Amino acid sequence: MTMKVERYTFDAVIVGAGGAGLRAALTLAEAGLRTAVLTKVFPTRSHTVAAQGGVAASLGNSTPDHWHWHMYDTVKGSDWLGDQDAIEFMCRKANEVVIELEHFGMPFDRTDDGRIYQRPFGGHSMNYGEAPVMRSCAAADRTGHAMLHTLYQRNVRAKTQFFVEWMALDLIRNSEGDVLGVTALEMESGNVAIFHGRATIFATGGAGRIYASSTNAFINTGDGLGMAARAGIPLEDMEFWQFHPTGVAGAGVLITEGVRGEGGVLRNCHGERFMERYAPNLKDLASRDVVARAMVTEINEGRGCGPNKDYVWLDLTHLPPETILKRLPGIREIALQFAGVDPIQAPIPVVPTVHYQMGGIPTNYRAQVVVPKGEDLEVPVAGFYAAGECACASVHGANRLGTNSLLDLLVFGKTAGEEVVKEVRSGTLPLKPLPKDAADQSLARLARLEQATSGERVPEVLRDLQQTMQKHAGVFRFAKLLKEGVEKILAIEERVQRTFIEDRSRVWNTARIEALELENMIEVAKATMISAEARRESRGAHVRDDCPDTPEFPNGRNDRDWLKHTLWYREGNRLRYKPVHLQPLSPETEPIAPAKRTY
Amino acid sequence: MKRVKHFRIYRFNPEQDERPYLKDYVVELAEGEQKLLQALVRIKEQDDSLAFRRSCREGVCGSDAMNINGKNGLACLTDVDSLSEPIVLRPLPGLPVVRDLIVDMTPFFHQYLSIMPYLINEEPPPERERPQSPAEREVLDGLYECILCGCCSTSCPSFWWNPDKFVGPAGLLAAYRFIADSRDQATNERLDRLNDPYRLFRCHTIMNCVAVCPKQLNPTAAIGRIKELMVARLA
Repeated sequence: MTMKVERYTFDAVIVGAGGAGLRAALTLAEAGLRTAVLTKVFPTRSHTVAAQGGVAASLGNSTPDHWHWHMYDTVKGSDWLGDQDAIEFMCRKANEVVIELEHFGMPFDRTDDGRIYQRPFGGHSMNYGEAPVMRSCAAADRTGHAMLHTLYQRNVRAKTQFFVEWMALDLIRNSEGDVLGVTALEMESGNVAIFHGRATIFATGGAGRIYASSTNAFINTGDGLGMAARAGIPLEDMEFWQFHPTGVAGAGVLITEGVRGEGGVLRNCHGERFMERYAPNLKDLASRDVVARAMVTEINEGRGCGPNKDYVWLDLTHLPPETILKRLPGIREIALQFAGVDPIQAPIPVVPTVHYQMGGIPTNYRAQVVVPKGEDLEVPVAGFYAAGECACASVHGANRLGTNSLLDLLVFGKTAGEEVVKEVRSGTLPLKPLPKDAADQSLARLARLEQATSGERVPEVLRDLQQTMQKHAGVFRFAKLLKEGVEKILAIEERVQRTFIEDRSRVWNTARIEALELENMIEVAKATMISAEARRESRGAHVRDDCPDTPEFPNGRNDRDWLKHTLWYREGNRLRYKPVHLQPLSPETEPIAPAKRTY
Repeated sequence: MKRVKHFRIYRFNPEQDERPYLKDYVVELAEGEQKLLQALVRIKEQDDSLAFRRSCREGVCGSDAMNINGKNGLACLTDVDSLSEPIVLRPLPGLPVVRDLIVDMTPFFHQYLSIMPYLINEEPPPERERPQSPAEREVLDGLYECILCGCCSTSCPSFWWNPDKFVGPAGLLAAYRFIADSRDQATNERLDRLNDPYRLFRCHTIMNCVAVCPKQLNPTAAIGRIKELMVARLA
């Protein structure tokens, strides 16, 4: 393909316009830096828009709260795989970033005395696990929508420059490994351009679409992870995928944990509130991995509901209708639309559904991308930052708490912006010359698709990929299935290299976009399956049949051998490991010592 | 239950076609496939050149607005079995078609951006949240939930005639969302900017916007309140 490649130069190039990208952009634009935000969809269509239940902050508006309690809950929720310095940083910054959003105009619900309304949420507790705490700051059950629109609106005010409906293709690095920007494809014209920047910030979101049943949007194809992996950056802790307990059975659409925060309960076919058996203290508000496993256990043991006994009920019928209409109006709409039930009158059929990727591009608490170099396992990649779901800071470890993702993207989006502003101003982020071949890899990928006259159909390869992930890396994992899963995914990878599309247009060729997305998804799938097969313990969302609960290894967790982060490299599917940061950021902060996780 | 559905879809590829045409498709849907968007995804598996936008598939991102059997709506929230066949799909009316079901939304967003769609409060922010009573907050219900899908504005005859001058229902709903916010201090400036024969007053309460809004919002009511404020200001 011969093609003129336009070149644009900016101080900062942000890829993605969800919460993390918009929060970073705001800091950069307000500081007067020349900033480009590339996004596959109009900013308010990014998947942050679908977040429902709230954003965590220990404001203490309705119950006593403290950031160290939040830190404890997050570390425990992570099954001790989270880095305690990053977690302390996030929990301490929570009030600031949430209050700031309110100042930007976010329409939070209110308490009677005019403060931000907060509701209980899974795994969040008072006084180190004693009782549920009201920590989730909410705008009805549309918190993500309210947040994303508010951040977009604030960026309009700051005159941020957007490149809408541009898909980033590849990361550009020089021979030293410094990151210099990205190549990107404009969907409307089919043109390819280089976005050359002093700093590149990835805020590309997750890749939940690698699973057949997912709460995620079509756009969540792990583009940032694919780009990073192809450019030689390892991916961290990719074996950890969160199954949200309550996706609508069949449809996969999310029903917020806020439903249980407002008093909803899960029931099996006998009408039993079964979470009382699995988590006597927090019950339905235990951590998501714990609740998802309890649900699957109920279904596997024949206590599922419906004609095929393949889901459980989420029951809200005992709640006052006003609570549902006022606090959960969006959920009622979703239940009516996708389950055909009115939750005021009847329970909603739900099953655990893939929701969130705990792993991602390795970063530190300053949102710098860090990779091993020689003896040092965490050396910043010059010019490269990541924030939000695509990054692994790691604040979620082996299992994320609900409402910590919106917090993560605010804290680390803002931090990425602040770090870049600081470095540009101090002159430590020079604009480095582009290598001659900066666009070659992208042009070659496009040329392959352009020239292929036969091959594998993209939707068929994608379906096999999704079904393989679903079957071989699910809520419960089996050594034998994981091993087979690795072989299957590697076979699918071969097919991804042979895809073929009929559409040859330049203008809005969405078949081509889907083929390019598949090339990113396969990287995420490989990273997940290979990292999962190798981790021989049960921890958080990763629970294996051959690593059961024993006195030596409570819950199957093996801190002796596996209290460490996985790093997967695309080249040779190589794995290496790095220690978890068990020390908090401040010397005076009490570390949270590993313990058996019960709720 | 499996069933077969007949479609007639507007096609236009600017690189190949001199003029748009309607193309027929037949698709078999599986039991769980109840939404129009799922049918479109199946059709795209037959013919990968069919172009349309989609993302969240749950009615909150606003990507897949289109004209469905003559009425604007979101493909992901439309029950395919509720539609008479052949199901005729066209791009949103009144905006330039780029390709197939994809329109150029620029005129729509231009109007949204023209209403200063952000909170204006120049006082130094307090250390904590700006207080707002539940009653003050409740005023925003039905205003802030807009997903910018464009169904309303592109069903509005006044917007069809004057997309460059009339703000349109979506933009005016957003304008009122900020006027109504107890924390916003720019009501006068906002009203000034709408006080023009076209920007606000081209709304003739035809109410197509209310009929098509997939989020059941009521832009006409919001526009009425802005007009009331405009009149009250004269008194």
